[in-house]
Amino acid sequence: MIFIETQDLTKKYNEKFALKNVNIKVERGEFLALVGPSGSGKTTFLRLLDLLEEPSSGRIIFDGVDTACSEREKIMLRRRIGMVFQQSIMFNTSVFNNIAYPLKIRGIKNGINEKVKEALTLVGLKGFEKRNALTLSGGEMQRVSLAQALVFDPELLLLDEPTANLDPKNTSIIEEVISKVNKEHKVTVIMATHNISQAERLALKAAILYEGRIIEIKNAKEAFNKPSVNLAFFTNVCNIYSGQAYPIDEGLSLIDLGENVKVEAVTQKRGPITIFIKPEEIIVSTKPIQSSARNILKGKITEIMNLENNQVKIKVDAGKEFTVVLTKKSFKEMNLNLESEVYLSFKASSIHII
Amino acid sequence: MAIAFVKFLKYYMRRKKLNAILEGLIKAFWLIISFDREIYSIMFLTLKVSGTAVAIGALIGIPIGAAIGLKDFFGKHFLISIINTLMGLPPVVVGLFVYLLFSYSGPFGPLQLLYTPTAMIIAQLIMAIPIVIGITISSVSSVDKSIRDKALSLGATKIQLMITILKEAKIGLLTAVMAAFGGAISEVGAVMIVGGNIRWATRVLTTAIVTETELGKFDVAIALGIILLLLAFIVNWILTQMQWRGLRR
Repeated sequence: MIFIETQDLTKKYNEKFALKNVNIKVERGEFLALVGPSGSGKTTFLRLLDLLEEPSSGRIIFDGVDTACSEREKIMLRRRIGMVFQQSIMFNTSVFNNIAYPLKIRGIKNGINEKVKEALTLVGLKGFEKRNALTLSGGEMQRVSLAQALVFDPELLLLDEPTANLDPKNTSIIEEVISKVNKEHKVTVIMATHNISQAERLALKAAILYEGRIIEIKNAKEAFNKPSVNLAFFTNVCNIYSGQAYPIDEGLSLIDLGENVKVEAVTQKRGPITIFIKPEEIIVSTKPIQSSARNILKGKITEIMNLENNQVKIKVDAGKEFTVVLTKKSFKEMNLNLESEVYLSFKASSIHII
Repeated sequence: MAIAFVKFLKYYMRRKKLNAILEGLIKAFWLIISFDREIYSIMFLTLKVSGTAVAIGALIGIPIGAAIGLKDFFGKHFLISIINTLMGLPPVVVGLFVYLLFSYSGPFGPLQLLYTPTAMIIAQLIMAIPIVIGITISSVSSVDKSIRDKALSLGATKIQLMITILKEAKIGLLTAVMAAFGGAISEVGAVMIVGGNIRWATRVLTTAIVTETELGKFDVAIALGIILLLLAFIVNWILTQMQWRGLRR
């Protein structure tokens, strides 16, 4: 059953397109991730869905109702939608009053205390009622924002990069809550993110947005495990290489990526080929390891980045540049640094042909 | 010799002035602790006139200021410029205007309000409203736009949105009230013209200071000045406390 539908949705600011002819259908209870780089129109799309802005052209159908309606009807529709903004903004009052706000403006008088407590417990901030919301940390504020958006039991939850710039603890709490309300309470969720792994973890469906246009919509797991050239290009997916394939054994091909880098992949293809290796599927070691992995490459670490969820992303120059994601713990235990010499191992089956 | 004389004269004048201020302080203290009936009636009338004018001014000015600050319409900046100009209305001009309106031959003459505290309240109200509107506009305009988005997104109606923004701008609104009260309690021109400075009826602290100065009773005038400052301080202190409580909450 289609819950949200956009038809040729377009938004222009000063003659510049922020969104162009976006057509999307979201079913009730679905989890859609909007993936795209900064400036791709994710926030504009969510603001239009939350009826905070008027489209320049096109339509939004919310549960069968065209949202090009009177202001009064818009308020009634908006009251069925919860939205968490990227920048958490709090009213200058207690946490309790912040969370009770959407209930009070709906004229709800009974059970406010219980509902606020329940929402706070859900986001792991039990006992925070009396704190001034402006004195909370960024992560706590974002959790209060989520509680605010959930306290009135919305049918649709819109999330605009809800965990951007948050520490791993707050990120995992927020992800857990979002996943829970989607799975257990069947709340339809549309989440904008530039974090591909987050989209893959949480969403069922992913829409790739680039320069205001939807490039493709597909199953999230499929989209990120086997990215299309579009996704790879538009979302800066790493570890995409082009090369020449030569079958060497039954079901196995040697792929020459250039720069003296040759890898084995499970494919029968011959000739030009594009491959993708998930950064999580590459094993890093300081010495060559004996394993079933068909590919072992030697290289030097050229870049180190801290990620959410206690992970570290490193770039390794092994003739070609490889991006690898590993846990902080492993990273520390191996005592890795810039310029450290490492071995990269991955199975032939970890190479995805795209 | 001449220089020495001038020096002596300056010293003497300074002593004299110092004495007058000291005498004024003593007199003020005495007037307060002796519960001088006339002084207390003047104090209460001052507070009543300026307090009522500012309270009504806030009731009228805050919603108007909020509406102007939050709405986008043609000529908004022109209107704000006019309001900002009116924030500095000369009290004498306002007094004259109200006098003409309520004088016997004026349009509101039959109401017979001239030389009554009501006329004084009206005059101070005219001065207070632009101040409250002007500061309210800048206060609500400076509330982060994302607060507006948040309230709307959570389901607020237009009125609920306005109340939410006013709550967020409460520090600025108290500043508006303080500025309007400061302007009202310290002005003399308007209340003198429309009130007439009638003893036991329309005499307020500022007009009493003028009268006592004209009579050469500098100690009493200074005493009244000190009482006026004290009143203004107490009211502002209470409002500042409210402001800080608002900041901490």
